[in-house]
Amino acid sequence: MNPVYYLYLASLLFTIGAAGVLIRRNAIVVFMCVELMLNACNLAFVAFSRLHGNLDGQIIAFFTMVVAAAEVVVGLAIIVSMFRARHSASVDDASLMKL
Amino acid sequence: MSFPYLTVTFALPAAGAIVTAAVPAARRTAAKWTALVFSLATLVMAAIVIVRFDPGGGQFQLAESHAWIKDFGVSYDLGVDGIGVALLALTALLIPFVILAGWHDADPLEEARPNRRWRPTQGFFALILAVEAMVVLSFEATDVFLFYLLFEAMLIPMYFLIGGFGDRAHSGGDEAAATQRSYAAVKFLLYNLVGGLIMLAAVIGVYVVAGTFSLTDIAHLRAAGDLSMSTSTGRWLFLGFFFAFAVKAPLWPVHTWLPSAMGESTAPVAVLLTAVVDKVGTFAMLRYCLQLFPEASKWATPVILVLALISIVYGALLAVGQRDIKRLIAYASISHFGFIIMGIFAMTSQGQSGATLYMVNHGISTAALMLVAGFLISRRGSRLISDYGGVQKVAPVLAGTFLIGGLATLSLPGLSPFVSEFLVLVGTFSRYPVIGIIATIGIVLAALYVLVLYQRTMTGPVKATVQGMSDLKVREVVVVAPLIALLIFLGVYPKPLTDIVNPAVHQTMSQVDRTDPHPQLEASR
Amino acid sequence: MDNLIALLIAAPLLGAAVLLCGGRALDRVGPLVGTVLSGASFVIGAVLFADMLGKGAGDRTMTQHLFAWVPVAGFKADVGFQLDQLSMTFVLLISGVGTLIHIYSIGYMAHDERRRRFFGYLNLFVAAMLLLVLASNYLLLYMGWEGVGLASYLLIGFWQHKPSAATAAKKAFLVNRVGDMGLSIAIMLMFTTFGTFSFGGVFGAAHGATEGKLTAISLMLLLAACGKSAQVPLQSWLGDAMEGPTPVSALIHAATMVTAGVYLITRSADLFNGAPTAQLAVVVVGGVTLLFGAIVGCAKDDIKKSLAGSTMSQIGYMILAAGLGPIGYVFAIMHLVTHGFFKAGLFLGAGSVMHGMNDEVDMRKYGGLRKYMPVTFVTFGLGYLAIIGFPGLSGFFSKDKIVEAAFAKGGTEGWILGAVTLLGAAITAYYMTRMMLMTFFGEERWRNTATASPDAPDVEPAAEERGRHAEPHPHESPSVMTIPMIVLAIGSVGAGAFFGVGDRFLRWLEPVTGHSEGNSPVSAGVVTAATLVLLVVGAGIAYLQYGRRPVPARAPRGSLLTRAARRDLLQDDFNHVVLVRGGEHLTRSLVYVDHTVVDGVVNGTAASFGGLSGRLRKLQNGYARSYALSMFGGTAVIVAATLLMRAV
Repeated sequence: MNPVYYLYLASLLFTIGAAGVLIRRNAIVVFMCVELMLNACNLAFVAFSRLHGNLDGQIIAFFTMVVAAAEVVVGLAIIVSMFRARHSASVDDASLMKL
Repeated sequence: MSFPYLTVTFALPAAGAIVTAAVPAARRTAAKWTALVFSLATLVMAAIVIVRFDPGGGQFQLAESHAWIKDFGVSYDLGVDGIGVALLALTALLIPFVILAGWHDADPLEEARPNRRWRPTQGFFALILAVEAMVVLSFEATDVFLFYLLFEAMLIPMYFLIGGFGDRAHSGGDEAAATQRSYAAVKFLLYNLVGGLIMLAAVIGVYVVAGTFSLTDIAHLRAAGDLSMSTSTGRWLFLGFFFAFAVKAPLWPVHTWLPSAMGESTAPVAVLLTAVVDKVGTFAMLRYCLQLFPEASKWATPVILVLALISIVYGALLAVGQRDIKRLIAYASISHFGFIIMGIFAMTSQGQSGATLYMVNHGISTAALMLVAGFLISRRGSRLISDYGGVQKVAPVLAGTFLIGGLATLSLPGLSPFVSEFLVLVGTFSRYPVIGIIATIGIVLAALYVLVLYQRTMTGPVKATVQGMSDLKVREVVVVAPLIALLIFLGVYPKPLTDIVNPAVHQTMSQVDRTDPHPQLEASR
Repeated sequence: MDNLIALLIAAPLLGAAVLLCGGRALDRVGPLVGTVLSGASFVIGAVLFADMLGKGAGDRTMTQHLFAWVPVAGFKADVGFQLDQLSMTFVLLISGVGTLIHIYSIGYMAHDERRRRFFGYLNLFVAAMLLLVLASNYLLLYMGWEGVGLASYLLIGFWQHKPSAATAAKKAFLVNRVGDMGLSIAIMLMFTTFGTFSFGGVFGAAHGATEGKLTAISLMLLLAACGKSAQVPLQSWLGDAMEGPTPVSALIHAATMVTAGVYLITRSADLFNGAPTAQLAVVVVGGVTLLFGAIVGCAKDDIKKSLAGSTMSQIGYMILAAGLGPIGYVFAIMHLVTHGFFKAGLFLGAGSVMHGMNDEVDMRKYGGLRKYMPVTFVTFGLGYLAIIGFPGLSGFFSKDKIVEAAFAKGGTEGWILGAVTLLGAAITAYYMTRMMLMTFFGEERWRNTATASPDAPDVEPAAEERGRHAEPHPHESPSVMTIPMIVLAIGSVGAGAFFGVGDRFLRWLEPVTGHSEGNSPVSAGVVTAATLVLLVVGAGIAYLQYGRRPVPARAPRGSLLTRAARRDLLQDDFNHVVLVRGGEHLTRSLVYVDHTVVDGVVNGTAASFGGLSGRLRKLQNGYARSYALSMFGGTAVIVAATLLMRAV
């Protein structure tokens, strides 16, 4: 097999996710884009794992999934409470953290 | 394992600071007494240290040593030489007077704030004791890192003392006073932090070169010829140390923080600052600059002497031009610090003994003058010289003590500062005649600023603003009278002090590898 | 016996301590305590004197070592005393005349509420001066030297509520400090040259030093002497010092303070003898001051200031004599002692006149007072005759000797100096006659005038109680004041003959100071004759101006010289313009520089950091996406850098 295609796909997904994080304002969409980036990384890990013939990459992929799941729990909770407070899910509205 | 005299001397005020801070908010008077008792206990302990100290003994006596951070070679090493003992005694001596003089300085303006956590009085006295503890330990430390730590740490309580409990007397009202205060406090902190930062680099450098922070170990290494420090490294490290000490001392041109800090703080805090804390700087020049870097010290001497000379004349001239009593005393102190530094770097026995005596005497004389000035200012609520006039008519005792403090500041023979000033001049003159002669101009200028200050505030017709001013109260007399007695005693009989200091100076001189210049006609005597 | 020396100083010092620290309880007995302790010092001095007379001329020196004062390596200063014939002379003069002035002050200051302190200061003055003359090394002498300066500061400014008095006191101290600078440099030079500054060590080694060193030391000592003895160019404080109460002036001018410079030079004879250039400087200073003071004395209408000019001039004589070397030392001291008598008498007399005249000091408002104050008139008159050198009185013996010594210097120098001293004698006769005539003779110009003219210095506070604006009622002073005057008058008359006849004083002092005759081109008889002729001329001119013609109550404009002399020959104006103004500008500009430049650099650094951080702050806009962008950007940079490094 040739891992290059997997890596192309992974970088494509990562770029789409990064662009989404930078461009979109809806917190949910930004969130999904972050997930997309994480999964792009997962794909790359698994591809390399297959390439090198050991399981390190797959283990890290599982780690990433666990962390991502935890992040989703916290992140969605924050987004929901933010939406309740300001009736908006735009990340630009939450620009209070500045000097 | 003998009794840890030095640790106890340090621990007493440190414990005092904690206990004082813990006194309940409502018991302000109890807090004051606690602080006073602890400071007196420290004084007693310092007296015991002096008695235990043997002037003829080894260099660092009453030594204690405990491992602290082994991985970096940092240890809790204590020990005092004659110079350290003298300054330790000065510190322990002055603090009770500072506390007594500042008895009412941290009283809340009105009792309208029934906040349980708001305890300025406790804080004020606890901070003073904290400063004392750190200064005491810095005189005792023989470990470069430990010293550095204290050198920096004492800035924190000083910062709060200046910024939090500053002078309430301000022409522009409370708002302006607060602004000025915080400006002065920040300036003090920044100046000293910059100095400390550079010193930190040099401290690390010392470790890299010597592999240890211990002063005695380094001395042994040097004596055995095992210390491989290149000339240029030594000079750079010397400059790093010296800069920090010059800021603290302070030496021209890094002096401008002192007038604002002394001007904006209350008189007792100003005394604490200039008479006690600043002495750490000049002390450290003798102890660290000269002993760690003898070669570099000699290399830098000409420049430092010129800077010291500028400090002397410049400080005195600026003192003449001041309109604010406290700033005037601050500039006078700058002039005096010039003398101290000149004495240290003249590298003669007279110069260095004189400089050490000068540190002690300047502490006492400035305390006397500044505290009386503080009493005066507290009566009228103004620091401007022009707001006073004819005080001696209404408050003769106040005026008299003020005059004696002033005369001590101008080094009148018979009062202790004369002895030290003359020693410094002679010591400098015997090696650098021209610098010595120019420095004597400082004598005349000192008379000018002191007498002008006295004339404008104390003599002449009684001004309406001074009318009805009360004379010194008992507490105030108790503060001033012992200081004056000490000034006279040490002026007439300074031998107890010189006996302690001389061997230490001799030691320093031999470490720098310098001997006194011989008189030209010694043979014919 | 030797151990009594310390008591000489201790007695008045104790008085000062008790009187200054003791509370109001001592107000009543204060004057008495002060006087008694000063007197005790005189008694001890007399005992020691008797003891000293009993010994041979060679071993009269007594020493007492108390304790090591400042021992640091080679620098050894002791608190030790040395009492030899020279010190003894001063001790008796200081404590004797000092005590008389104490007694006089009991009457003079009777109405001043702060008299306890006044006597404390007087005692301090006496103690400091005794320390000065008894010290056995220069550093201890320096302590007495500055102690005298302090005491004079306190006493000149005793009436501190008068701004003029406070200013005068400050001026005296400052000018003296300039001189003190000289003394301290001299001590430092001694230390580096000889390794010691004790009298014994320095004088023993003096012959081994190079002339250059000796000249430097001597010139510095001369600077010190100029300050304390009010010699040109440091004389300006003396006139203003008249702001103090009159007994203080008597003390400063006769017994203490101004005599210190003469003492210093005579004491340091061994150094000056090896430095001819310095001696020449001493002589020049003495000669210039002699004329300077005399001219100022002629122009002043203020009786005390005129006497001050006279003192300056007479001290000039002494300094000149001391500068002549071994020819003159003895006569300098002899004139100093006789001057101590008659000048103290004159000042106390002036005080007595003022006492009776509502503290008026302007001689143009006196006149014809001899009827009203006979005792003052007689004692003042005897002092007057003594100072102008009337044959047989004390000034005649001592001043004549100085004139002779000046000629004996030899060469052109001798002629010039002799002429200067003779001219000085003539002017002395002139201004003293003028003073005498204006005060005690002529018409009573004080009638129908309110005294205390507006331009006269503010009068003493006690005067207010005596009704200062009324027409004065001249009266004789109480006996507590007149008795000291009488004693001093006796001294003024007899001291010279006692000392001069049979060279008694010369033989007494010679072992200490040394003496040589010199070779005078003119004989003693000619000198005496010339002096007498000039005396008559001087007095005669004064009589023609002030005795024959009525004295105008308001001073005429006068010649340029007169007007300059009234302003102390413009010395103060010079000081004001050059030193005071210049100094003010200097300090002001330095204050500005300190604030803007030195502090400005620091504040500027702080401000630039502040500006930078303000700009950086703008990056923190709070938008999550911009933070994300910077993160991506950062990552991209790092990745690119890593790849580049790999490629290289």
